[in-house]
Amino acid sequence: MRTPSIQRTSLCSLVATAALLAGCAAPVKTDYTAFRAAKPASILVLPPVNESPEVNATFSMLAQATYPLAEGGYYVMPVTLVNETFHQNGLTVATDMHQVPVAKLKEIFGADAALYMKITRYGSTYTVLSSAAVVSAEARLVDLSTGTLLWSGRASASSDENNNNSGGGLAGLLVAAIVKQIMNSVTDASHNVAGVTSARLLSSGTPNGLLYGPRSPLYGKDNTN
Amino acid sequence: MMHRPMTRGLAALCLLATLTGCAGPKQLYSWNGYQPQVYAHLKNDGKSSPEEQIIELEKGIQQAAAKGAQVPPGYHAHLGLLYLNTGRTDQALAAWNQEKALFPESTKYIDFLIGNMKKNRS
Repeated sequence: MRTPSIQRTSLCSLVATAALLAGCAAPVKTDYTAFRAAKPASILVLPPVNESPEVNATFSMLAQATYPLAEGGYYVMPVTLVNETFHQNGLTVATDMHQVPVAKLKEIFGADAALYMKITRYGSTYTVLSSAAVVSAEARLVDLSTGTLLWSGRASASSDENNNNSGGGLAGLLVAAIVKQIMNSVTDASHNVAGVTSARLLSSGTPNGLLYGPRSPLYGKDNTN
Repeated sequence: MMHRPMTRGLAALCLLATLTGCAGPKQLYSWNGYQPQVYAHLKNDGKSSPEEQIIELEKGIQQAAAKGAQVPPGYHAHLGLLYLNTGRTDQALAAWNQEKALFPESTKYIDFLIGNMKKNRS
């Protein structure tokens, strides 16, 4: 009886190791060298540039951006005040805000890095068989001391997706858990989908995603090597 | 015949343990509707007044405190903005100082905001 139980134990560790390797350690694509060297602790989220026809998209995405970044361990500059500060300085359009030199942003906000987002799709799309709310966005994280690009990514979400299949194996399950937190009382389909897009785009510890920030217990333990 | 279901059960258990392991720690913050309140403020569609948003956010702070949890980055700062917009400047100042105390990363920006506020008042 001894031998089979040992076999089972080793089988267990084998399964666990395989699952870890397959799920947690993503295929390496992103180069994190600059990101690791910069060690950003605070992130300034600029109001996203909106390429969709939906006028609410910028505010919707901006309002959904803090959660994944803060839970990833970063300090996120207060998004409403940041927007207000831009307005008081005569900048009311996101594209203009994105043109401000990094040194100026650093001087006013004191953040380590800035997140530049672009919304490429936002709102309902109708096909013959169904209608779905779709939100797609891209993001770049830039070091405000040097202007160096630290990370970039893109993500998409649709209300038409199968809830059980959010993609990406274990990392997908992690995102699904975050998504549950975002799907709250707001009765605005596209805004909810924007929350999913934001979680996929900006959650730490996902394949090719952001590294964990200093306030996370997982800081410095990213599976990206 | 008995071995297969047991092995499968064990494998499932291992997988579960692995999943739980990967899921890592719980949430860092007690969010209590922060992002919906931010969205309501930004949209400014008249569905809720700044006073109503203040009440909701103050409630969230009490709920977080009752759980011994912390509110997320920006929470006190945003509340400070709402106080300022409703003429409650002393409360705005207190909220911003609270943001700074909880998150020293905000110091430079909060000092900038406080400086602006004092300039506008005098």
